[in-house]
Amino acid sequence: MPRLSCWFIRASLAYLVAGFTLGALMLTLKAVVRYDGVGLLMTPHVEFLLIGWTVQVTMGVAFWILPRCEGGTSRGAVGYAWLAFVLLNAGVILAGLGPVLGDAGFIRLAGQVAEAGAAVAFALHAWRRIRRASF
Amino acid sequence: MPLLTQWFIKSALVYLTVSLLVGVALTAQGAVRLPAVVDALAPVYFHLFMVGWVTQMIFGVAYWMFPRVSKENPQGWEGLALVTYITLNVGLIMRAVVEPILALRPAPVWAVALIVSAVLQWIGATVFAANTWRRVRAR
Repeated sequence: MPRLSCWFIRASLAYLVAGFTLGALMLTLKAVVRYDGVGLLMTPHVEFLLIGWTVQVTMGVAFWILPRCEGGTSRGAVGYAWLAFVLLNAGVILAGLGPVLGDAGFIRLAGQVAEAGAAVAFALHAWRRIRRASF
Repeated sequence: MPLLTQWFIKSALVYLTVSLLVGVALTAQGAVRLPAVVDALAPVYFHLFMVGWVTQMIFGVAYWMFPRVSKENPQGWEGLALVTYITLNVGLIMRAVVEPILALRPAPVWAVALIVSAVLQWIGATVFAANTWRRVRAR
């Protein structure tokens, strides 16, 4: 497994645990004080699990197993994939923790722009690797 | 494919079907009169889909495909994976049953059951992360 996939997947596992921890806390609050879940905990719960966990683990595995470029030794424009990793994690932290940090609107927007940038960067990396395997 | 992966993936397919049927019921509630419990199913719908289908499918495939711990013990400690499977599914099913009941008929017994379901799901995710961590390594 390439080093970048390790980073993607280990980060995704951290978000999995963080997201489930917030979810368990919200469910407990719901049971105890009829907490409706709309508030500070909901945004990081959704960001951590939807983007930090599912999208990130998918990118990590895709970087690992998609067909390599011509010649079979290179994974192509790896810089774009690293950029995707940095932008995705910055985005999840900003968008998820924006409401906790106070100025929710601007910080959350910046985080979501970073997440969209991560999607573009990963697509630029992966596009050339998505093709029929040559035997 | 390991037996536990088969359980994860087959269970995931069942959750996918059930979650989409719950989605149908939620949408149909606007057109036809269904029991009041359907109104309380929105969070159940999301979690059957995201935890039962998406997350469980990832767990099953990762358990199967991630790099081996060793030749003799390819998937690591099977007991931990079994704990993940049981706690995640028991917790999710408990949540799917208890959450709408608690919304309609609040009672301490349902509140306690909801907390237990939360703890079980948290254990499932945490044990999966711990068991998978050492298999995620550069070659």
